[in-house]
Amino acid sequence: MAADSGTLIVGACQAGVQLAASLRELGDCSPITLVGAEPHAPYQRPPLSKDLHGGTVDAAALAFRTADWYGRQDIDLVTGEQIVRLERNDDGGVAVSAGGRRFRFARLALATGAAVRRLQLEGTELDGVHYLRDAAEADRLAAGLAAARKVAVVGGGFIGLEVAAGARAAGKQVTVLEAAPRLVGRAVAEQTSEYFRAAHLRRGTEVVLQAKISRLTGSGGKVTGVELGDGTHVAADVVLIGVGVLPRTELAGQLGLAVDNGIVVDEFGLCSDGMTVAAGDCANLPNPYVRGDGGRLRLESVPHAIEHARTAAAALLGRRAPYRMMPWFWSDQADIKLQIAGLSAGYDQTVLRGDPDADKFSLLYYRAGRIIAADCINSPADFMAVKTALAKDRDIPADAAADPGVRLRQLIAEPAVR
Amino acid sequence: MPKVTFIQPDGMQTVLEADTGTSVMRTAAANGVPGIVAECGGSAMCATCHVYVEDAYLDGLPEVSEVEDEMLDCTASARCANSRLSCQLNIESDIAVRIPEAQV
Repeated sequence: MAADSGTLIVGACQAGVQLAASLRELGDCSPITLVGAEPHAPYQRPPLSKDLHGGTVDAAALAFRTADWYGRQDIDLVTGEQIVRLERNDDGGVAVSAGGRRFRFARLALATGAAVRRLQLEGTELDGVHYLRDAAEADRLAAGLAAARKVAVVGGGFIGLEVAAGARAAGKQVTVLEAAPRLVGRAVAEQTSEYFRAAHLRRGTEVVLQAKISRLTGSGGKVTGVELGDGTHVAADVVLIGVGVLPRTELAGQLGLAVDNGIVVDEFGLCSDGMTVAAGDCANLPNPYVRGDGGRLRLESVPHAIEHARTAAAALLGRRAPYRMMPWFWSDQADIKLQIAGLSAGYDQTVLRGDPDADKFSLLYYRAGRIIAADCINSPADFMAVKTALAKDRDIPADAAADPGVRLRQLIAEPAVR
Repeated sequence: MPKVTFIQPDGMQTVLEADTGTSVMRTAAANGVPGIVAECGGSAMCATCHVYVEDAYLDGLPEVSEVEDEMLDCTASARCANSRLSCQLNIESDIAVRIPEAQV
């Protein structure tokens, strides 16, 4: 293999595939090797927490690209090889997999993603306790859910609520246990958190906030429920733990790259050595939409992974163009469609459009008189309007935005204040 | 297998065989057809898989849902009577779609 003159992409995921595709789109003709630890060709992860209720999850059906595509693009896709060691030398470097395979490279891209955060808790080893990150875990969870009557979800973030909503819609008795005082606290403000609590309650899901979990209980090796600090026992045949992810930075650490809540990259996707790139969930990057936190953030979202990979691919080829994407996110919780445009942290005013009790509203966030973000529930037109306004550095004046009879798109204007 | 024809703005055509039940968007993305961006991967979240369905294939398509309808009002290229989000078009038989000039 002549890969010593080419690019090695570690991580056959959304960002990894996009990196490979973008290199080819940019005209790179040198060898590209895309290595992933999982046995499957790269596949979409978002459906793993949403389409669990058919009893199985098939990674092949979720594949990003056909096998032919990799061949036509001359991209060497290597599955089932986890890279465990990276070394740099004068003309590139070498990666070694757990299985002992060596991959030489001239250029290196890290798309190592994130790993689920695991709870140190009695009982997590019991049958029926699940984490959810990859297709194999989703397949096991789908099988477990099909046979379950009672489901407990530890963690009221997007993953937990998506699984809870689906399980409830499939007729299960569902309890969500969240340690914080509100749901999805990291992504939305209090009003939207309260909407989610009420909305899941209306659909028959129990929601326990400020839940202190003592242990998971079991019998005969199988989970029977969750015991809370106040002695309450929540019975469950299936327990899903969804308490966030941690960026995978071990390989970056081996190369001595700067790591701080992710692999530290500049606006071009370049790591602290000035030549390796990192993209997607694993990277901590500057973004012009961040207020505070040194203007940096680490994002876990599909559109970010795609755009960041494009930026990183260009940087690998010496074509530096800063990453400036306006962050956006979505979550499908059965019949509740949440779309978030922008970053709401630092807001000083909100405007509510529509009716939370009717599951159709938008919460617009303002700071110093300008729109900075919106949480849109079953309101895609509002989402698209805010996304457009933010991406084009325009405003949607707060005084007119509360009237749901007026289309937000028609209110997009030059900001009155800069 | 049904055939899906993608017509680029410059008239270039790509014809692909597709599995019944998969979406027009997935077929395009899996095979790297240019012009179908599909940032959200098929959840009707981003309106970047907009297509114009050729007239001969308009009959028998699934109804436009409320969500798709709202998203189609926000596409980068103008919405026409034959506009659809290709992620919402599951393939049952042959279909041909035109790809718009811009998706973002």
